[in-house]
Amino acid sequence: MNDFASHSYWILLLPFLSFLINGLYLCRKDRKSAGILSIVLNGCAMVYAIVLAVQYFQSGMAPGKVLAWEYSFLPFTETLIASVGMLLDPLSVMMLVVVTVISFLVNIYSMGYMREDLSSGRFFSLLSFFSFSMLGLVIATNVFQMYFFWELVGVASYMLIGFWYHKPSAVSASKQAFILTRFADSFFLLGIVLVSYVVGSFDFSVLNALEPATAAFSGMIDLGFCDISRSGALVLGSILIFTGGWGKSAMFPMHIWLPNAMEGPTPVSSIIHSATMVVAGVYLVARLFPFFAACEGTLNLIMVVGCFTAIFAAVIACTQKDIKRILAYSTLSQLGYMMFALGACTVVGENTINTLGYTASTFHIFTHAFFKCMLFLVAGSLIHQVHSNDLDAMGGLGKKMPWTYWSSLIACLAISGVPPFSGFFSKDEILLSAFQNGHVIVFGVALFTSGLTAFYMFRLFFLAFHGEPRSAGVAHAHEDKAMTFPIVMLAIPSLGAGYFGKEIFARYFTPGMLQVPLATPMEHAAWVPFAAAGVAIVGIAIAWLFYARPYANVKHALDTENRSALYKVVYHKFYFDEGYYAIVREFLFGGIAASAKWFDDYIIGGLVKLVCVICQKAGSLVRYLQSGYLTFYIGTLIVGVLLWRYLGNLPV
Amino acid sequence: MTLQNCLILAFILFAIGTWGVLRRRHMVGMLISIEIMLNAANINFISFAYFKAADATAGALFSIFVIAVTACEMAIALAIVITMYRRHHSLDVNQLRDLHE
Repeated sequence: MNDFASHSYWILLLPFLSFLINGLYLCRKDRKSAGILSIVLNGCAMVYAIVLAVQYFQSGMAPGKVLAWEYSFLPFTETLIASVGMLLDPLSVMMLVVVTVISFLVNIYSMGYMREDLSSGRFFSLLSFFSFSMLGLVIATNVFQMYFFWELVGVASYMLIGFWYHKPSAVSASKQAFILTRFADSFFLLGIVLVSYVVGSFDFSVLNALEPATAAFSGMIDLGFCDISRSGALVLGSILIFTGGWGKSAMFPMHIWLPNAMEGPTPVSSIIHSATMVVAGVYLVARLFPFFAACEGTLNLIMVVGCFTAIFAAVIACTQKDIKRILAYSTLSQLGYMMFALGACTVVGENTINTLGYTASTFHIFTHAFFKCMLFLVAGSLIHQVHSNDLDAMGGLGKKMPWTYWSSLIACLAISGVPPFSGFFSKDEILLSAFQNGHVIVFGVALFTSGLTAFYMFRLFFLAFHGEPRSAGVAHAHEDKAMTFPIVMLAIPSLGAGYFGKEIFARYFTPGMLQVPLATPMEHAAWVPFAAAGVAIVGIAIAWLFYARPYANVKHALDTENRSALYKVVYHKFYFDEGYYAIVREFLFGGIAASAKWFDDYIIGGLVKLVCVICQKAGSLVRYLQSGYLTFYIGTLIVGVLLWRYLGNLPV
Repeated sequence: MTLQNCLILAFILFAIGTWGVLRRRHMVGMLISIEIMLNAANINFISFAYFKAADATAGALFSIFVIAVTACEMAIALAIVITMYRRHHSLDVNQLRDLHE
């Protein structure tokens, strides 16, 4: 493009600089200036990213791919080279803007949220580290670079969830998040190895250019231990790669780490566990979308997994009392939406594919990032004021915090999908794509989930902001400037991103090589938007009826003891945490680990001990010879000489 | 007096000396036993020289030489014995096992 784009590595370097300076120097000296430095550098990165985005879309390159810069990083062979570069296409430019904007606002917010925390210097340093890794992931030109930054993002998440390492729950949550995502990532790595072996390249452009029924998909290939058809290997590889995104985006059944990750500071939940990092799984699928589409069956798997996660998490979110957990399950549900929208795309003809789902999904990434990030910031604000995560301790906060109240109303309407707020447009497109591609069941489930979403979001909204105060903390709640500013700033895209973004997304967001006109085999279902909005309004109305109508029995609503068995099962998240712990304890610790320990103790350790005993015995045997008795020495001398004389073959 | 009788005498002396070295625990006793063994060797020299060699003087001279060297050796050995006694107040070789420990 031009010089401006080729120097765009500054977008990465600025947060990295902030990480280095804060981490090595400022965090010990002055935590306030650490925060300011973080804000300034991340702000510069944001400005750079926005200007770059504007230039990119104005330069006429827009739907095309631009390599801003690229260096070879690890040349494995002559042809298989893992490089580090910066790929600019609509998807990555969109994510660059989203990540930098949210990172900037969350840094400002953290100034308020972490004001009393003595180690906030470390916090700012790690937050910048996360921004750096996430940006590196977003701009990846090849799947290897993506994996590299993918792991860095995981490490950043681990360190930030466990930021308050004096809390045992935070430590165990961070370990759980790291181990579970790492478990999924190992499959990702396997997938990369397999696919790059079959295809001979890491590059997204090569992988995405693969077409079914060509040379790449025919014939057999030797994997070293067995022969497998190329198409089979690629399908297997694509499923393995998707497994990485499966874990990172916390899809069912690897979802349990995300709600538990809420033990970290709220700004972390806001940036990492709602807006950016967990979207990485969806981003991966979107990035490799043509590749997944070429591999038969993978998209169906993605759709089923996403769809089930969407409704599963939404049901759990309806009963939770911890506001951060409600939002976490809501994030899961929305991630499920994005996933199944990608999976819902179906091949309609020779090399053409209905890509409405792709457009809808990327659009939802964009809108969801803003309103969900903002909802978490609101949650953090409330927690900061009443010093509790529980809805039990809130109520009536609307009067105390008017700015927060109105902003979160916008976000709640946006996530529920009420026009003209941003979520409506993206969610409507997702539903439409499911319907157009003929997935009727998925469409029904998604529509129902949409209603549930509206219900649980407004349950949260009414219980937190309306009604009578339920704890003393509410009385002296007030708004903090540093914390309210980002919330209000995020209300603007939550309101307008949908309406203004729709055109851009419809025009530019089609997956690279399979660029086809939005060939819709079925007529545009005009009633879908109305149905979506209608379901959302019904959900809101039910929530109002239960929790905010005059004389509503709020006490009963928050009661978790005297409930039906079904409610309790849902409240306990279908006992998935307990199930996981049981499996880990009984099967991993009790079964595999115990038998491995037995093997180590008795077989390996036994061998070592045996060698030890043999040496000792040999040593003490020799020791007996050195008795110190002169007689014995002389006697052996004589016997030795005699033996030598007669056995030594001496001449007679 | 034949060569055989002389050699038998030397053998008996040597056996007595060996027995003494092995069984004696007193250091001086051991020295005496070693002396006996050397004398047995000397008898061997002289008897072979007397009965077999053309000129017996060589064997006789050699045994005188051995006796002289033995005297020197004894002087050194006794010096060691005295030092040992001063240090340990004992000459029982079974107790002198410092190197063993």
